Amino acid sequence: MHAANRWFAGGLKTLAHGTRSIANWDEDAVTMAVEAARACLDGMDRSIPRGVTLASVTHPFADRSNAGLIKEALTLPDDVVATDAGGSMRAATLALRDALEGSRTRLVIGSDLRKSRIGSEGEMLQGDGAAAILVGHGEPIARLIASHSLTIDFIDHFRRSGTAFDYQWESRWVREKGYMDLLAGAVATLLKEAGLTAGDIDHAVLPISDPAAFRAAARAIGLRPEAVIDTLGANVGDIGCGHPLLMLASALERAGPGERILVTGFGQGADTLLFETTEAVTRNSKRGVARALSAGKSDDNYMRFLFHRGLIDMDRGIRAELDQKQPGTTLYRKRSAVLGLVGSKCGETGVVQFPPSAIAVDPNGRFRDTQSPYPLADRIARIISYTADALGYSPDPPTYYGTLDFEGGGRIVTEFAEVGPEDVEVGRAMRMVFRIKADDEQRGFTKYFWKAVPAQRGEG
Amino acid sequence: MPRGIKDRVAIVGMGCSKFGERWDDDAETLMVEAFDEAIADAGIDVSRIDAAWLGVGFEAQNVGPSGIPLATALRLPDIGVTKVENYCATGTDSFRGAVNAVAAGAADIALAMGVEKLKDTGYGGLPVRSRGLNSDMYGVTGSAPGNFAQIAAPYRAKHGVSREDLKRAMAHVSVKSHANGARNPKAHLRKAIDIETVLNAPIIAEPLGLYDCCGVSDGAACAIVTTPDIARALGKTHPVLVKSIQFCTSNGWELQHGGGWDGSYFHTTRKAAARAYAEAGITDPREQIDLLEVHDCFSITELVTMEDLFISGEGEGWKDILDGFYDADGHTPCQIDGGLKCFGHPIGASGLRMIYENYLQLQGRAGERQRLDNPRLALSHNLGGAPIQNVSAITIVGLAGA
Repeated sequence: MHAANRWFAGGLKTLAHGTRSIANWDEDAVTMAVEAARACLDGMDRSIPRGVTLASVTHPFADRSNAGLIKEALTLPDDVVATDAGGSMRAATLALRDALEGSRTRLVIGSDLRKSRIGSEGEMLQGDGAAAILVGHGEPIARLIASHSLTIDFIDHFRRSGTAFDYQWESRWVREKGYMDLLAGAVATLLKEAGLTAGDIDHAVLPISDPAAFRAAARAIGLRPEAVIDTLGANVGDIGCGHPLLMLASALERAGPGERILVTGFGQGADTLLFETTEAVTRNSKRGVARALSAGKSDDNYMRFLFHRGLIDMDRGIRAELDQKQPGTTLYRKRSAVLGLVGSKCGETGVVQFPPSAIAVDPNGRFRDTQSPYPLADRIARIISYTADALGYSPDPPTYYGTLDFEGGGRIVTEFAEVGPEDVEVGRAMRMVFRIKADDEQRGFTKYFWKAVPAQRGEG
Repeated sequence: MPRGIKDRVAIVGMGCSKFGERWDDDAETLMVEAFDEAIADAGIDVSRIDAAWLGVGFEAQNVGPSGIPLATALRLPDIGVTKVENYCATGTDSFRGAVNAVAAGAADIALAMGVEKLKDTGYGGLPVRSRGLNSDMYGVTGSAPGNFAQIAAPYRAKHGVSREDLKRAMAHVSVKSHANGARNPKAHLRKAIDIETVLNAPIIAEPLGLYDCCGVSDGAACAIVTTPDIARALGKTHPVLVKSIQFCTSNGWELQHGGGWDGSYFHTTRKAAARAYAEAGITDPREQIDLLEVHDCFSITELVTMEDLFISGEGEGWKDILDGFYDADGHTPCQIDGGLKCFGHPIGASGLRMIYENYLQLQGRAGERQRLDNPRLALSHNLGGAPIQNVSAITIVGLAGA
């Protein structure tokens, strides 16, 4: 980035190191949230969450429940409560606090697709990503022991509804009045109420992307240096609403039983939450931060990033004019198959198929209405055939797609994501991910479906 | 199995427009061009046509819906016209409609027309379109080369063929068709090419390069069919007879039944071929069939089809191809007119174009490219859709007694 923009924004040189996470062209705050939630709910019965909250300031839809869409992708029961939360960078910590104080077992997800101007500080400091946490009933890996929040209209940055880019105020003022005064003050109050001191904190989550402000805040609070959790600024960047949850996931991965974790959120005030881990912390999901980082694919094509983020336009050709209109009626009828990747299993023959149909696909008999729902999203699938298509329009040509057979039965033809020539061969194991299938630019609708990515080690 | 239609219908006239980028023509004038040839060949007046079928693959970019465009273009005499669409098997399906009408006695003389005007889209290749509202939600909007390219990897894996050997056999398919097309005045592409050109061409959809793909063309082809008795009354002493028409349409087994179809062959073609041979009374297709016109939309399609038609053994097609078995001077020429690859591929017309070539060859009227060993039985084959879900159509025509 800096190599491309140095001529214009030479002052960003101090930030020009490390990497940042970028979402693929077919990802957004919803798809990343689904992926984070799947990692969080790894192996867990999907009827356990009784609510799901998506905290984001980049919801793909302003008026269509984004959390409701996540509920469909996760195949949660229809009677869950799905909530979109937003409004500030504190959306996830506020949602987390509400969930902890509520009665339902609730999945809280923070997710954002960051968009910043070319050559801006945000472009260097931010990343795309999501993190999820499940709170409520059951055996906890950590318990909330104290919380304290402040609401003050302190405007470090803002963005008017319907616009694309943040407007940022001077970083020195944000550091001194925002983090060192307001945030550190909120932590001091929390500790006082809990009868603890800063030295009693074993792991501290300070989601502050400005490295100088991060260090200053830690000092102002009085944290032990080893207690301060890395912001992942050098390899992920600030992922927005999800960032406190991402750092909390890091803290839970390194924490032992009986340790105290401070979580903070900042934005027009501050949230502070103090947790204590339990014995169960050692049995946390294996699909954590380190694994998510290793699953990424490196990309140094800045022009591609700008195009995918809608910051530059390219000549897409006539083929891109295909109308992607989505009738509401058909999506409603097929929502389970399309959004949840739920196939079916014939009760007579055991044959699995996608999508379900009135008459089963099994050639050995005609069975009508014998199929029951059979989720396929979490099953490994192996490549039967594939191609890399350079003719059809794709935002990231060539389009890889092919036929896959699921372990345990079922077949699908779908697109592959994040693959190159070395990743595809007959028999190769793939896993399914929820992604954007197409965009209806004419009517402003995003179509989602499931694609295949290479399975990670140990997945098949 | 039904008793079939062998020898119950004769072709008395055929016509085919020049295929290619017909910038100055629309579908209507292309249909008139093909029809003028066919009606002159038949030697009848238009008033004798009892019913007509019109095949068009991409109506939206073309003539629009219904049979009205054919009736209007040819000013047909107040008869019924049926519009047919069945992917790339469209032309053969319009032929099937006309033939079956005659075989059933519903018509004495029937017309089958296929037409496509593809060069009004603004880009090369087939028009991008919806495959239905459900498919739009969970199907892949792949290109035609992308869809057909997928047969290559499973074929290699199943038969232990190296990438290089398969690519070379595929290249031979295209080199052969270009050599044939160069001798066909109506062909879209009339330039011979060498194998290096094919192997070094840019990739369109892995492993298909530019010369592994047929182009898309404008064009029309038509047939006038009647009973053998009427044909003889019209002075056709050795009419070309329909021996069999068989279709097989995927029912979702390949697409949905995990662990079933392995991706390396065309299930529908095998089914249709077996039925077609039974209907035509053919027991040894490799020796009995004299000429092949198959759906060579892509080189890999033709290669695999040689096996699915039971001409080459399974896993052996690529070797027969490299041995020249299917060359114009080989044992059984395939695409002696240049095929889809070089004659061109106006979707709705293609099935009828194939029958047109076989019709000419069986009568010794194929000019410079005429096969000189007195062919008596000829097969044409269409494949519409994608390997994993398609319509396969086979037509066998031949002389009396064949």
